[in-house]
Amino acid sequence: MLKTIQDLKNRSAICELNELIPYAATIGLQSYMEGKAHEADIVTVLKRKDSNIGNYLIGAVHGGVVAALLEHAAIMHVLYHVETINMPRIINLSVDYLRPCRDKDTFAKGLLIKQGKKIVNVRVEAWQDDTLRPVAAAHAHFQL
Amino acid sequence: MPVRDQQSLDKLKDIFSQIPHCNALGMEITDLTPGKAAVRLEYTQNIVADPKTGQVHGGVISTVMDTVAGMAAISAVSEDTPVATLDLRIDYLARADSGKTIIGEAECYKLARNVAFVRGIAHHGDSDTPIAHVVAVFMMNATGFTTTGEDTPKGEPC
Repeated sequence: MLKTIQDLKNRSAICELNELIPYAATIGLQSYMEGKAHEADIVTVLKRKDSNIGNYLIGAVHGGVVAALLEHAAIMHVLYHVETINMPRIINLSVDYLRPCRDKDTFAKGLLIKQGKKIVNVRVEAWQDDTLRPVAAAHAHFQL
Repeated sequence: MPVRDQQSLDKLKDIFSQIPHCNALGMEITDLTPGKAAVRLEYTQNIVADPKTGQVHGGVISTVMDTVAGMAAISAVSEDTPVATLDLRIDYLARADSGKTIIGEAECYKLARNVAFVRGIAHHGDSDTPIAHVVAVFMMNATGFTTTGEDTPKGEPC
């Protein structure tokens, strides 16, 4: 898979990586590029899916699936922004649940806080209708 | 606060069995006592991150642990109350191996008036060699997270 990752990166088509990940299909994760040239960024989407519901009384997405979206968006962000020959390995993830994640598409985008020689720290936010009203936020550490 | 009886715990298990995402992954609850819970998830292709190594996606471990921690929190209170995760921190201690069943265990180690503090681990059958460690805080009586449409938790802090 590693070689494939680099190939995808070289072709600036990192979004296609999701097609190689069975779990991405299970919960409905996709990624797309936003913006142009050097300002381009990668956005990861969790598609609305009946099977992602965790609280059927209020129709909310399972908290674990929201964590999966945040972790996935973080790793896509690292792959896109950090020069690495190895697949970054997640060390930990801390998720704050801010609002109910409703039964509709959810988006997430990362922000590189610190890139060290071995470790990167990434902040991620997930939102539905309004980027200023995040449903969840997280920070994660990855080992390069 | 009265402790849940067996009938009440069975009712909780029944609620668990209706969670769509847990059913989609094939998660089962294996143990439930007041303040403690255990779940298991058999390995399937659906949870794989890298088909070459068969390694499990971290999000799956988060899902197992959010579920079991939530069950530990809700089983610690006497009556059914809306429970919402406030935060969840997961440390990935070891790779989740290909082909191995994932077991999640959690306990509510402190129950305050409105929040429950929970810790837990995920492992492959030997709890002395965990693959992940989790601490989570749950809001109890989470009115803000119910059907009222409000999105800010109400009530006194603990």
